[in-house]
Amino acid sequence: MGLRGFGDTLAQAFEQVALALTATVTELGLVTPQRCVDIECEGSDQELLLVDWLNALVFEMATRRMLFSRFTVKLVDHRLIGKAWGEAVDRQRHSPAVEVKGATYTALKVAQQENGGWLAQCVVDV
Amino acid sequence: MSDEYPLQRESEYSWRIDPFGKMRVPGIIYADENLIRDMDNKVFEQLCNVAGLPGIVQAAYAMPDAHWGYGFPIGGVAAFDAEQDGVVSAGGVGFDISCGVRALRTGLTIEDIEPVKKQLADALFKNIPVGVGSTGRIHLNDKGMTAMLRGGARWAVEQGFGNAEDLQHIEEKGCMAGAVPEEVSARARKRQQDEMGTLGSGNHYLEVQRVAEIYDQRIATAFGLRENDAIVFIHCGSRGLGHQIGTEFLKYMVLEASKHGIELPDRELACAPINSELGQAYLGAMRAGINCALANRQIITHLTRQVFADVLPQADLTLIFDVSHNTCKVETHQVEGRKRKLYVHRKGATRAFGPGHPDLPETLRAIGQPVLIGGSMGTESHILAGTEQGTELSFNSACHGAGRAMSRHQATKLWRGRSVVDELADRGIIIRSPSMRGVAEEAPGAYKDVRAVVDAAEKAGLARKVARVEPHVCIKG
Repeated sequence: MGLRGFGDTLAQAFEQVALALTATVTELGLVTPQRCVDIECEGSDQELLLVDWLNALVFEMATRRMLFSRFTVKLVDHRLIGKAWGEAVDRQRHSPAVEVKGATYTALKVAQQENGGWLAQCVVDV
Repeated sequence: MSDEYPLQRESEYSWRIDPFGKMRVPGIIYADENLIRDMDNKVFEQLCNVAGLPGIVQAAYAMPDAHWGYGFPIGGVAAFDAEQDGVVSAGGVGFDISCGVRALRTGLTIEDIEPVKKQLADALFKNIPVGVGSTGRIHLNDKGMTAMLRGGARWAVEQGFGNAEDLQHIEEKGCMAGAVPEEVSARARKRQQDEMGTLGSGNHYLEVQRVAEIYDQRIATAFGLRENDAIVFIHCGSRGLGHQIGTEFLKYMVLEASKHGIELPDRELACAPINSELGQAYLGAMRAGINCALANRQIITHLTRQVFADVLPQADLTLIFDVSHNTCKVETHQVEGRKRKLYVHRKGATRAFGPGHPDLPETLRAIGQPVLIGGSMGTESHILAGTEQGTELSFNSACHGAGRAMSRHQATKLWRGRSVVDELADRGIIIRSPSMRGVAEEAPGAYKDVRAVVDAAEKAGLARKVARVEPHVCIKG
């Protein structure tokens, strides 16, 4: 499943990809942003950082059995400081379609667009 | 089919790409004309990339169900020699380590099942954890996790799930040697602690099927199969633990590649020399992942037996075989007249040992290994047997399934889950799934024709067709 996020800033593009990640599992509108989970990743390569960010979210979704629908990302030097708001998976209400196994390096791209905005994309294995 | 790649037809069912550019060995694809025409160019590109990895032996192979994957094609087979700077690749195994299929006889015919089919479907759906967010009844602490990672299905049998006889009919007799649980990170363990005995989601399932057609009477009899028999197929893997091992080692291998002088045409091909610290660490962790998958399928078998005992007390579920299709295993194969120890990667490909192979249990040695090919939901699956010539054709490997014909996204535009369930119900197939969108994404039409795939595998000589089975109940993740 391919995910793509666009934003005015790199951080926004990362937030948008995270929304796409949840959308592979369920409808975003069904997930209430009740609880916040903090996530930090580090790396000098923006593309590897994107994979790390998504994999950190996959890990939190799997181990906390949560879905997230609101994200904030701050990029400071080579560090990503992220927050994800969501709630526990409700199998009736969310009817989750797939479980994401992990983010891959396939079609991985983080780049600034001609209009100055940012694109962040990769394929996740489901 | 590609004009960009110089495909040469070697025989009616095999195609060859001679080495060019950085390829060290040729690429060989087993398929008929239609299958090869429909193959994405990416399959050929990925196969050529694999053929350029250090220490690859003989050829990079693609099975008839090949489609483009992450780095390696799915349906890809490649063997490496450690003595020739060969590599092990986390991408060449995949995220769902040792994902596989096991088949069980029930001792019943489909007529025995029919009157209680709905009750059986409901009971299986209720008792076998399936879908996103489901948890098993077994919760492992760190010590228990380590024992499971070392023991695999053997550990599961010791815990009371199934019996010792089952182990004879599992690859590696249920326990992958060389597992190093200490190489499995705390995060991977955490992802698994509540997931033992769960089916998962996506294309994973449990089906009750009818043996619809026998192709090879002699082998079918040896496998204990008769027409109209009811059997069970279980398709799942190493769950969160395998996914996390794959994720972590893929990254380590990407970061270390240049240190080992490995040039990666695609980061997803990340690999490390077999004779390196990282290569050995991955092998230890990956083998522990294999044990996790074997233990998981063993526990699900136990739960299935409990359900049958409740609903159909006369049932006797015995294991036909258990195959894994995302692995790297050390095997001995004859290459250019010489026996060599090779690290055979199979990504979305089934091991298919032929008659006489010493690793097969005595009961199967004269016949060859059962090769279990899961089709798409609501169509059909196949049971094949390994061949003698398989060793030279593909390091004893065959296809693993139908292979997707379109993306999940495209499928949801074409089908609605509820209609898929209703249409299949009209044909007597009961589907139980926690997610209707998941059902739509797995609609039978989203997959290739599995019969074309197994026909090509047989005609190419990779495996021999034994029986075709049709689903009656499908518990879908």
